[in-house]
Amino acid sequence: MAYSEKLLDHYENPRNVGSFDKNDPKIATGMVGAPACGDVMKLQLKINDAGVIEDAKFKTYGCGSAIASSSLVTEWVKGKSLDEAGAITNRDIADELALPPVKIHCSILAEDAIKAAIDDYKAKS
Amino acid sequence: MNYFELFAIAQGFEVNLVELKHKYLELQRAVHPDKFANASERERLLAVQKAAQINDAFDVLKASDTRAQYLLELAGIELAHETQTLKDPMFLMQQMELREALEDITSASDPEQALISFQDEISGFIKEINGQFVELFAKNDQMSLGKAADLVRKLKFMLKLADEALRIEEKVFAF
Repeated sequence: MAYSEKLLDHYENPRNVGSFDKNDPKIATGMVGAPACGDVMKLQLKINDAGVIEDAKFKTYGCGSAIASSSLVTEWVKGKSLDEAGAITNRDIADELALPPVKIHCSILAEDAIKAAIDDYKAKS
Repeated sequence: MNYFELFAIAQGFEVNLVELKHKYLELQRAVHPDKFANASERERLLAVQKAAQINDAFDVLKASDTRAQYLLELAGIELAHETQTLKDPMFLMQQMELREALEDITSASDPEQALISFQDEISGFIKEINGQFVELFAKNDQMSLGKAADLVRKLKFMLKLADEALRIEEKVFAF
């Protein structure tokens, strides 16, 4: 199976790997898992007082497509408002990385991680 | 005929794997192509189809997660092709921690011991999930079956961890 260059780049040089302190009130944490493959993804957003995402970090235990999807998302959400970030769909992610059909669930995981992080932030504030 | 009936074993989560394997080999022998060398083309084709069905059944019944999933499917709950994500934060936090712990094992002062205790911990979780599954599945009402389906989803994460621990075992115990 041929993977796209963008996908391989994100997989080989993942951006923004790591963690923030989840107890910090400015940090939103989204955790999701895909039962079909056992992948687990943690996405954390650092949100400023204006409600803009200043920084993002992720930690993903899963296949290359799941790692690339979460890496891409950390780049995309930076500078976005929560509403803008929440509008990112798995389709956007899958198209950007040219994910093969069997890996679409990895992009769903990344989309749901953003939504879970936003929910966490709303529950906190 | 469902897979349990095909293997002539009791329909349920608890399966004797030795007996299952034995029945599998017995069934496969009965449809072996050698036995159909002089049969009609139709009979040969049927034997090939039967052999494929026996293989599918064995694959599903031999692993606890696919077996549990199949039992739920027979009860009307489809789990096989779902793309829905799991959002239970407590469980996922634990999964993250377990995966981090697994990552650290190769650099532990005594990796062999660390791996053994890790594997014990995972088997403990798997046993617990299996026990709860049997209990909920036996209740056979929609709410219990829904909870049983959630347990199967969690079981898949635990089995994945057990698999990865096994892969690390090859590294840790390599000479």
